[in-house]
Amino acid sequence: MKRHITRLLAGTVVAAATAITSITASAQEQFVPLLSYRVGPYASGGSGIFGGVIDYFNLVNAQGGINGVKITWEECETEYNAARGVECYERLKKKGGGATVVEPLSTGIAYGILDRVAVDKVPMTTMGYGRSDAANGKVFPYVFPLITNYWNQAAGMIKYLGEQAGGMDKLKGKKIVHLYHDSAYGKEPFPVFEAYEKQLGFQLIKIPVAHPGNEQNSQWLQIRRENPDYVILWGWGVMNAVAIKTAARVGYPREKMLGVWWAGSEEDVIPAGDAAKGYSTMTFNTPGNYPVLDEIRKKVYGAGKGNLADRDRIGSVYHMRGITAAILWTEAIRKAQDKYGKGKVMTGEQVRWGLENLNLDDKRLRELGALGMLPPVKTSCEDHEGSGAVKVQTWDGKAWKAVTPNWVIGDRAMIRRMVEESSAKYAAEKKITPACLPG
Amino acid sequence: MIYREAGQFKTSYLEDGQIFPIRQDRIAVALLLLIAFVVIPLAATPYFFSAILIPFLILSLAALGLNILTGYAGQLSLGTAAFMAVGAFASYNFMLRVEGMPVLLAFVLGGICAAAVGIVFGLPSLRIRGFYLAASTLATQFFVVWCLTKVPWFTNYSSSGVITAQQVEILGFTFDTPARKYLLVLSIVCLLALAAKNMVRSTVGRSWMAVRDMDVAAEVIGFRLMRTKLTAFAVSSFYCGVAGALYAYCYLGTVEPEAYNLDLSFRILFMIIIGGVGSILGSFLGAGFIVLLPILLSFIVHATGLPNQVTSNLELMVFGALIIFFLIVEPHGLARLWQIGKEKLRLWPFPH
Repeated sequence: MKRHITRLLAGTVVAAATAITSITASAQEQFVPLLSYRVGPYASGGSGIFGGVIDYFNLVNAQGGINGVKITWEECETEYNAARGVECYERLKKKGGGATVVEPLSTGIAYGILDRVAVDKVPMTTMGYGRSDAANGKVFPYVFPLITNYWNQAAGMIKYLGEQAGGMDKLKGKKIVHLYHDSAYGKEPFPVFEAYEKQLGFQLIKIPVAHPGNEQNSQWLQIRRENPDYVILWGWGVMNAVAIKTAARVGYPREKMLGVWWAGSEEDVIPAGDAAKGYSTMTFNTPGNYPVLDEIRKKVYGAGKGNLADRDRIGSVYHMRGITAAILWTEAIRKAQDKYGKGKVMTGEQVRWGLENLNLDDKRLRELGALGMLPPVKTSCEDHEGSGAVKVQTWDGKAWKAVTPNWVIGDRAMIRRMVEESSAKYAAEKKITPACLPG
Repeated sequence: MIYREAGQFKTSYLEDGQIFPIRQDRIAVALLLLIAFVVIPLAATPYFFSAILIPFLILSLAALGLNILTGYAGQLSLGTAAFMAVGAFASYNFMLRVEGMPVLLAFVLGGICAAAVGIVFGLPSLRIRGFYLAASTLATQFFVVWCLTKVPWFTNYSSSGVITAQQVEILGFTFDTPARKYLLVLSIVCLLALAAKNMVRSTVGRSWMAVRDMDVAAEVIGFRLMRTKLTAFAVSSFYCGVAGALYAYCYLGTVEPEAYNLDLSFRILFMIIIGGVGSILGSFLGAGFIVLLPILLSFIVHATGLPNQVTSNLELMVFGALIIFFLIVEPHGLARLWQIGKEKLRLWPFPH
């Protein structure tokens, strides 16, 4: 016992010492708070994504940082709980010279700090979740639903299903079940599906699953009775594996199921076992191996600095998503440095400008060793999303395989209209005059 | 020695009936209020206000609401978060749909709506008791959250069921900074806590306690069960409703109905169990334990420098162990512990 205490004390001293050294060296360090969650029901997602972020940060630092500026970070456990997340954000926002970008990876926390980030001038990215209408940077200058949002995903899903059916007009008269997590998250795509339902003439059946969704017999009995042409699975956490298993039990073909990207990780399908074979989901990363992953294996895990406890998870869906987020942030910081001074530490406002002027084309992605891993991203004040492209991947029993060779983009004009409408309503409620912030 | 009431004589009924009969207590409470109202607003950082003090006060208020129902009137409820949700969404709609609605009135109306819902869902309490009642109040929890996500009118047709609280403005003064919001929350919580304290000392409170201790006996001596139980539900839900409105307006800003889930109900129930069932002070102590201790623990555990995977789990384990420890040491909660401490202090240094 005594030895444990000494070890604990030694740990404290080491922590204090590193804290002191980091203060002295903070002149050239860019601080990023990480509101991570490594316990609780969503720990598998949290550990993978934040593991990916930290691995990429370590890689950037090992290669000399961003024009010499090292990235520092501190984790705070949110347990995916909004109140804890707000506390973590408030705790870390002033640390290390001030937070420069934040990613809560939880819709509840994102809403909890939505108003605060604009006041504190800390840009927030909500990659693949959160308010879809935040894509309008004139109303939400500090929020970036990067790459794509739920509405574009929903539009992409319908586009893909249309292609499966042999043309968008072939969807007429088809039955599509939207099996959703009964929360704000699951209801988010309603307007898009409803608009398409009217436009294309298919029949949309919405079936809610109460949180956490570990019992879905009645829902799947209803699905079997309706016998739809497709089932869209808009789930999260344990609900996904249960849905796949229950589908197998009632004999609904998994090939006709299309999951949302939060239902498309190894952690969602492996628990379902063989039942998951043939199941497909949306994604904004193409599964596979990329030079950047090899670099991480060599320079980060080789040096014993890897964040994942299990090396097999390198390149898994969540890990890759974390790397993607970190790539976008570091590129935004790099972009901001181009404007405000190379080799300098950027403020939150400057990083915000960087995020608003991202231009990750194929050439730059190739340089980063991530060509094809994520779609090209080009943001602007009007478009805080920058891409809207998605892919479809299928689980072959062992790994995810991309089924669509090219990026799928839904009806962006329609989504744009909806974003405008919804953000205008928000602006009116909050009495905001929509405008671009000066660079 | 210091904490002794020798020489303090009560010469009038008024003095005998005051909330804090001991002079030292009065001084301590006055000091506490002075610190809360003057020192803290001058000294604390925004982090303290918006991440610690505001949620602590709001959840204390919710725990106080539940304590009125469960601790004083003996009706176990698992629907606290639902009543908070009713308060929040009702206030939001009053603000949105009535031109020039004063925000304080909206909070009160939100509380009244919650009270109305509380009365409806309190009706089963006339027939069922104990665990069966707890199970039936679960219905409130699920029904309210379901209803708010289902009926788009409540959320002003927001596609994702999320509401954004309007600005809090009273008589032209905007409560926008964390310190101002803290003062607003503190004032409301103090007022309502004072009201609660007086309520439980009056006829209403005594009738609640009579019903709690044995409702048949209470009925025999002339308390009307229906009225007593339903006022307990109404008052408790009113408190929860106001707490819910504050949670939306002064804490989170943008809320989805999911923020008021069963988890929150359980947390508030744990607050009163840990803090002390049937004690106003217990609501505050319990909220402190459940809200503040995990934050403190995370600071301590993270300072050890262990990897994050370990610290996150360690935090939960230590917290769980502490709950068990306190419940073994004093099953009646922290408030009882405080009471015992007070009695010992009165005798100290000559216990015999």
